[in-house]
Amino acid sequence: MLFKDYDPLKKKQLQILDAKGKIVNPELEPKLSKEELLKMYKTMALGRVADIKALQYQRQGRMLTYPPNRGQEATQVGAISALEDRDWLSPAFRELNMFLYRGIGLDKLYLYWYGNEFGNALPIEKRCLPVNVIIGSQVTHAAGLAYASKVLKKDEVALATIGDGGTSHGEFYEGLNFAASFNAPLVVVIQNNQYAISTPRRKATKAETLAQKAVAFGIPGIQVDGNDVLAMHVATKFAADYARKGNGPVLIEAVTYRLGAHTTSDDPTIYRSNDEVAEWEKKDPMIRFKKYLIDKGYWTEEEDQKLEEDNNQHVGDTFKEVEKTGDADLLDIFQYTYKEMTPQLIEQYEEMKKFLEEGGK
Amino acid sequence: MAVMTLLDAINQALDQKMAEDSRVVVYGEDTGFEGGVFRVTAGLQKKYGEDRVFDTPIAEAAITGSAIGMAINGLLPVAEIQFDGFVFPGMTEIVTHMARFRNRTRGAFGLPIVVRFPVGGGIRALEHHSESLETLLGHIPGLKVVIPSTPYDAKGLMISAIEDPDPVIYMEPKRIYRAGKQDVPEEMYRIPIGKAKVVKEGTDITVVAWGAIVREVEKAMKLLENDNISVELIDLRTINPIDEETIINSVKKTGRFVVVQEAVKTYGPGAELISLVNEKAFLHLEAAPARVTGWDITVPLAKGENYHFVQPERIAAQIKKTAKF
Repeated sequence: MLFKDYDPLKKKQLQILDAKGKIVNPELEPKLSKEELLKMYKTMALGRVADIKALQYQRQGRMLTYPPNRGQEATQVGAISALEDRDWLSPAFRELNMFLYRGIGLDKLYLYWYGNEFGNALPIEKRCLPVNVIIGSQVTHAAGLAYASKVLKKDEVALATIGDGGTSHGEFYEGLNFAASFNAPLVVVIQNNQYAISTPRRKATKAETLAQKAVAFGIPGIQVDGNDVLAMHVATKFAADYARKGNGPVLIEAVTYRLGAHTTSDDPTIYRSNDEVAEWEKKDPMIRFKKYLIDKGYWTEEEDQKLEEDNNQHVGDTFKEVEKTGDADLLDIFQYTYKEMTPQLIEQYEEMKKFLEEGGK
Repeated sequence: MAVMTLLDAINQALDQKMAEDSRVVVYGEDTGFEGGVFRVTAGLQKKYGEDRVFDTPIAEAAITGSAIGMAINGLLPVAEIQFDGFVFPGMTEIVTHMARFRNRTRGAFGLPIVVRFPVGGGIRALEHHSESLETLLGHIPGLKVVIPSTPYDAKGLMISAIEDPDPVIYMEPKRIYRAGKQDVPEEMYRIPIGKAKVVKEGTDITVVAWGAIVREVEKAMKLLENDNISVELIDLRTINPIDEETIINSVKKTGRFVVVQEAVKTYGPGAELISLVNEKAFLHLEAAPARVTGWDITVPLAKGENYHFVQPERIAAQIKKTAKF
C-alpha cells in the first residue's frame, strides 16, 4: 500500500525515475503505453516552449504579466495524466501544462494572459475551472465539485492544485477538512516549488514537510519527487482511485522548483542564488523523461529536434493570431455580469456606447 | 392557504423546491440535524436525507466556496451562514469568486447559488449577531441581493432565488422571523427579483424601507395618523438590482423622499437611493431628500442597541419634517 510505505511522518519521498533518467523503483514503474507516454512528453515540450516564448513576448511588451511554469512540467503533467477525462481540475494560476494536456488550445491560454477573459471561457466538457488568482480558494471550489460528484453519484474526482505558499492559507485547511468530513473525492496536489514569490518555504511554515499536513485531516499524504513525471503519475493515480472509491481526500506534496520567476514582474535573483538554480537545472524534469523515452526506444533526438522546431512555429503562429484579437468588445465587458443585463447595466452600457460613438476614448 | 410566520414561509419554500428538484441542497452550520439555530430548516433533513440537508464544519469560506463547486457540478446549493457577522469569513468567496465567475469565464460558468443568513438587530444578541450587510453586498457587481419583509414575499422570493441563474444573497430579517403571521398560498409562486412593492399608496411623500424596517415605518405612519400626511410606502424587497422605476414614479408623484435603513449611514443604500432620485427626479423634488439610518458606529450590545435602531418616533419626525419642508 503506497500510502503506508510513504507515510509522510516516515519522511520518505516517492521517486521512480531519478534525475539521471534511471528507474530506481522498478516495481512501481507505471505500465503506460508508448502513446500515453508520448502524449505526456509532447505536452511538457509544448508547455516549455510556450512558457519561454511567453516571457519573450512579455519582454517585448506584447504580452502582459505571465507566471512561468518552467521546471514544474512533470508535476503538472504527471498529475493530470492520472485522471479520467470526467475528473475535474480546480487550478491556481501556474498550470499551463495541465490545461494543455486536457486539450485546451494554447490560443485560449495565451488569450487570457494577453488580457482577455475569453481565454477563460473553457468548454465545460474539459472539466477545468478557470485560472484562479486568489490563493487557496480553489481548494474549497474543488471540495464542492467533489461533494456534488458524491451525492449525484457521478464518479468524478476533483483535483485541486496549490503552491507551497498556498498551504498557509485558511481555505487550504477549510477545503480539505470539509471534503474529508464527507469523504468527498478530492485530491490536492501541492506544487511545492520552494518559493511563495520571494518567501522560501522554510520561512512560511515550521512543518518539516507539507505532506505531513494530511495527518491532521485524517487523510493520506505523500511526498513525491515533483520533477519525476512517472512518480507524479503513479501517486496521483493511486490517490484518485482511493478518492473515487469513497475513502475521501488525499494530499500530495510534489517537490519541485520554479526555474523561472514567480511572474514576469518578479526578479528571482534578489532572493536566491545562481548556484541553487543550477542545482535544480540538473534535476530538470524534461531531461530525465526524454532519456527514459529514448532508452525505451519510444523517442529519438532527431524527433525531439523536429518537435521543438514545430512547437516554436506553432507557438509563434498562435501568438500572432492572439495579437490580432485586439481590444475587447464593449458589450462583452457588461453582458456577462449576470445572465441577463440589469436595467442599470443596460443604461450604463448605452451611456458608454454613446460616449464612444461621439468620439470619446 | 395557511397562516404562517416569515420563518415558516422560508421553510416551506425550501421544502417545496427540494421536493420538486432533486438538485437542491441545503447546508450550513447546524442547518441539517438541528434545523438551524432559528429552526428555519427544521424537518428538511428528515425528509430529504443527509446528502441533501447537512451540517458542515464551522468554516464559512468552505461553505461559500464549496457552493461554487457544487453549482458548477450540477447541484443547486442553498448555503446558510448562521449569522450576519459570520458572513465576513465567507465573504472572500462571495466577492472574489461567486460574483465574478460568469464574467470571468465570459458566460461559460454561471453560478445558481443562494446564500442565506439572518440579518439585523433587535434580538438582544451578542456582538456580530446584529449586522446589516445590504451596503457591503449590494455593492458587488454580479450579486443579486434580496430581503423580504412579509411571509408572503419570503416564500416567493426564496423560490425565485433558487430558480435564478445567478448568485442570490437572501437576507432574512431575524427580528421578524416570528413576528406576525400572514396567509401564504400553499402552491409555489414567485416574487420577481428586482421589483419593489408599493405597500401603501400616498400622495405627499415617498418612504422607502426594506426588511424588518418596513414594519417600523408602518408604526411611524400610525403615529402620524392625525398629521394629515399621505405617505406612499415602498418596500424595496431587492437591494440589487434596484427597482428604479417604482421609486422614480413615486417621487415624481409626491415630490418628497425619505429612506429608512437600519444599516449605518455612510455610503449606505440611502445614499444610493437619494442619488438616484437626484439624478432622475430632481426637478420634481419639493424638499431635500432625507434618510433615517443607524449611526456610523459598531452595532451596540443589548443595553445600547435602542439608541442605534431607527425607532418609529425618529422615522415619524423625519417624515413630518420632510413633508412640511
